[in-house]
Amino acid sequence: MSDLKKIKDEFLLKLKSKLNLSEVNQMKSDLFGKNGLVSSQFKKIGTIAETERKKFASELNVIKDELQNLINLKIKEIENEEIKEKLQKEKIDITLPERPFVRGKIHPVSQTIDEISSIFSEIGFSVEEGPDVESEYNNFTALNTPENHPARDMHDTFYLDEKKERLLRTHTSPVQIRTMLKDKPPFKIIAPGRTYRSDSDQTHAPMFHQVEGLHIDKNINMGHLKGCLNYFIKEFFELDKIKMRFRPSHFPFTEPSAEVDIGYEMKDGKIVIGEGHQWLEILGCGMVHPNVLRNVKVDPIKFQGYAFGMGIDRLAMLKYGINDLRAFFDCDYRWLNHFGFDPLDVPTNYRGLSR
Amino acid sequence: MKITFDWLEDHLKTNFKEKNLLEQLTNVGLEVERVQNLSLDKELFKVAKIIKTIKHPNADRLKVCDVNVGEKELKKVVCGAANAVEGLITVYAPPGSIIPKTKTKLVVAKIRGVTSHGMLCSESELNLSDKSDVIIELPSGYKKIIGKSYFSKSKSNLIDLSITPNRPDCLGIRGIARDLAASGFGKLIVFKEKKIKSNIRQPLKVKIKKEKKQGCSIFGSCLITDVKNTESPKWLKNKLISIGQKPISAIVDITNYVMFDINRPLHAYDADKIEKGIIVRNSKLGEEFTALDNKNYKLEDGMCVISDHKGILGLGGIIGGTRSGTELDTKNILLESAYFKPGSIRTTSKKLNLDTDAKFRFERGIDPLSIENGLNKAAILIKEICGGKISKIDIQKIETHKTKIVKFDINLFEKIVGFKISTKEIFKILENLGFKFKKKKNFFELAVPSWRPDITQEVDIVEELVRISGYDKIRIIDPIKERKKSTLNKSQKLFHFLQRSVASKGYLEAITWSFTDSNYNDYFRGTKKEIKIVNPISTELDVLRNSIFSNLIIYMNKNLDRGFKDLSIYEIGPIFTGSKPGEQNTVVCGLSSGKKSRLSWIEKERNVDVFDVKKDVVQTLIEAGHKSEEFFIDSKTPNYYHPGKSGRLFLKKGAELVAAYFGEIHPSITKKIDMKTESLVGFEIFLDNLKIPKKTLNYHKNKFNFSDYQKSERDFAFIVNKDINAQDLINAIESADQNLISNIKVFDVYEGDNIPESQKSIAINVTIQSTEKTLNDNDLENINKLIIETVENKTGAKIRS
Repeated sequence: MSDLKKIKDEFLLKLKSKLNLSEVNQMKSDLFGKNGLVSSQFKKIGTIAETERKKFASELNVIKDELQNLINLKIKEIENEEIKEKLQKEKIDITLPERPFVRGKIHPVSQTIDEISSIFSEIGFSVEEGPDVESEYNNFTALNTPENHPARDMHDTFYLDEKKERLLRTHTSPVQIRTMLKDKPPFKIIAPGRTYRSDSDQTHAPMFHQVEGLHIDKNINMGHLKGCLNYFIKEFFELDKIKMRFRPSHFPFTEPSAEVDIGYEMKDGKIVIGEGHQWLEILGCGMVHPNVLRNVKVDPIKFQGYAFGMGIDRLAMLKYGINDLRAFFDCDYRWLNHFGFDPLDVPTNYRGLSR
Repeated sequence: MKITFDWLEDHLKTNFKEKNLLEQLTNVGLEVERVQNLSLDKELFKVAKIIKTIKHPNADRLKVCDVNVGEKELKKVVCGAANAVEGLITVYAPPGSIIPKTKTKLVVAKIRGVTSHGMLCSESELNLSDKSDVIIELPSGYKKIIGKSYFSKSKSNLIDLSITPNRPDCLGIRGIARDLAASGFGKLIVFKEKKIKSNIRQPLKVKIKKEKKQGCSIFGSCLITDVKNTESPKWLKNKLISIGQKPISAIVDITNYVMFDINRPLHAYDADKIEKGIIVRNSKLGEEFTALDNKNYKLEDGMCVISDHKGILGLGGIIGGTRSGTELDTKNILLESAYFKPGSIRTTSKKLNLDTDAKFRFERGIDPLSIENGLNKAAILIKEICGGKISKIDIQKIETHKTKIVKFDINLFEKIVGFKISTKEIFKILENLGFKFKKKKNFFELAVPSWRPDITQEVDIVEELVRISGYDKIRIIDPIKERKKSTLNKSQKLFHFLQRSVASKGYLEAITWSFTDSNYNDYFRGTKKEIKIVNPISTELDVLRNSIFSNLIIYMNKNLDRGFKDLSIYEIGPIFTGSKPGEQNTVVCGLSSGKKSRLSWIEKERNVDVFDVKKDVVQTLIEAGHKSEEFFIDSKTPNYYHPGKSGRLFLKKGAELVAAYFGEIHPSITKKIDMKTESLVGFEIFLDNLKIPKKTLNYHKNKFNFSDYQKSERDFAFIVNKDINAQDLINAIESADQNLISNIKVFDVYEGDNIPESQKSIAINVTIQSTEKTLNDNDLENINKLIIETVENKTGAKIRS
């Protein structure tokens, strides 16, 4: 009996001293190895008188468990100690820079086109496109702007042949013509894209972007036009309320025609949309001229509707506070980085247009 | 079109103020561009008297004058005019005033060492006449108002309107007044037209030749004899000055006045210089004349000219000639009031590149019924101011004006604009605008006023009505949130996907012109044909781009010059293959310069290389849904790529269309354009050549196949001839057993020691896995052998022992 006690006390004492892992493992095998102290006690069980045997066995098991636990704890303790020591040696200067990465950006015009498409998508418009090089017919004549019409003066046109039959489209309106010639009404489309005018100064670039809108159906009137634009402007500028004004104007391809102004004010040298008493012209629109409908073989008695056109670059400038139009196409690395959008920042309806 | 409230009031009786006017003009579609207070500037110019003059100490021709400007102290003013003498009453401009002619602001300045406080003005400096050699001499009556403003105070601001091309009637003050009156802004004053009372016949014979495409259909004239052309009276001068015009002489001023007042251009000839009579005819090729702008014009066939028996007097409706122009000493004048056809005017002026006030008006359409009224108005004024005798009016015409009739169903109004106005209101508006109407069964017949060439059909009437009743009455109908058709089609989706996919790889998106510099374009043109712009904005933007590279390189270079080194930019957009509509392709083009990991403490820095762009291209295409296992890549690329370090990619072996090119930009190009960078690589992905992968159902993904059986990896090193591509080895390995070989990776390429010079060693790691069972040693040994055998047979490679 005292044997067991002795073993226990002896080892408890040993465990309290500072040990390394191999010393503890040695202890483990001294106790529980084939001929270990505890193991040999177990071998004894058979030789003990039957009356004592149960007690001896139970006491032996208790001591075995106790020692085993203590040794395992000790091992863990030492291992922890060792890891701790190792980690302490491994400490690095975490303020050193991360591995290099590069970040791409989406041009503000592309982002704005996605925003516009997203807004019009919600109210059922689909996106159409047309070529950059257009025929004189599609760009002007079909749009009720025959040769010798003074309205042509407002479009400084780039031509590709001496006969002036091929040109770079001066607006996205020829997409109206292409769309209506290709399909049958109703039509409900927007057409964003590049447009060109041979005009270049601080506020004009020889290339810019427009988005055309066209909605033709049986009973589409100017109220729908107003509603559509009111909706668009609110959504685009992410405002609950805007001030909008329709005023009469003239475009050969619409009748009646209107220009649309939105209210703004200057705050710290920046244009703030939606408030204030000043008016800013942002787009032209109107009811598609019956002559245009006739030109594309749509019966103007049965079908009517509206069209609008607006400058995408200008919308981007207003929304994002960009002052210089020319910089859009100057490809300055600093500018692209500053005004560009993260490619993951995709404008959507459910998430919202901007972050 | 410039107007003042004062002038409007000649035609409009109204209780409203100018403030209301501006808003109302905009509301009816006459957009106010600018409002300028001219009188405020001009109030500063004072009547003054020269008290004393002495010679300038440092300049012979200059005098130093003491001038009484109505203040206690006399002002010292340096003046160079010969007529600046003691006692002269003239006009003084103080420092701070803006000289109308030069638009410069006057400051106190030293002139040859003597300080001058202001200036004494000539008529020319005040835009009153061309007289510039002397200062203004005012009659002695002005003595009483020394120190007072020289110009009478005008309450009116100058209002600049942008008149749309469909509204020639509003190029006259009366037309604007009519619109305002119709909109309820006042009442249009009705004049009893003054008519010439004369029994003298107009003696000069006028003939309009009946020719094909004759540009003139009516020619009205009257002769005024024994006039004394003079300076205009003050009221007339002020009128013209108030809208920014410069008075010239009474006769010119009167014709201008009538033009601005009722939009009736007139022309005054010196009748004594007209040889026999007037012939209105088409010009002949090569005819010449000198116009009032002192330029000589060579005419083509068929331009409408006014001529006499000697030759051309002027281009009808565009510009007069010097030969028959009126001068101050002109005695007898012939006044012309005609109708020229807009198309003819426009064709001629375009060809001659001539732009005049008359042309601007005639090409938009002048009221053909205003011919007599214009002549009456002008001739009577001339007689009043310049004296003389007026002849009867002579009118020659080859066509008569027919009043246009438009049928109008009043229900159309609500159908188009979405709100209703009463029939009474409709007729009130139309009547005020000058329409006459007859009621028919279901519609009205409207007679369109002669001054409205723009109104030809029913919808034009609708516009008139909604314009006058107010666009603010159009009520908003909210759009319905409903989508019947998908917003984007497949290729548009691909466009947006690739746009963001490339950006996500570290490229900044650029948007550059669709045109470019032909010199740069030539570097990247390949075999495409050059597409010239006939009228480029500059020689550096003279062709449509055949490749996006030209612009990207130009701008890349600019950015390198700004001191940037490691740049990645891209553009997605059109390139052009021909000058017909549709001869264009959509391309994503990227360009990278410099190094990767420059100055990194942790990564090894290296030049960007062809495998960087290859990665970008391959990854982008995989992301877009294409299978990389099927890609076929070879090294045939256009001449702007480095011939040895570039590749082209097909989506499938045997495919016809190139999906992408990538590689180093040809070193000779970077040298020629002096690119200062360590490395320049680029790629082009051709959107139109990417067949959108077909799936049975759009959203269904392919079946999910995987194997849980143990896989094993084996490494092989083959020695092959240098002309064998890594891809050949990969293809050979793949063909050995498509079922068991699940992955192949090239992990080393070695040339040099221990390898014959014409050969290289390629090390490949192959993953072998079955979908049916765990492979045993025997299976693995067999596949090993098979791989080696196949590769050796197919490529002539030898396994390295």
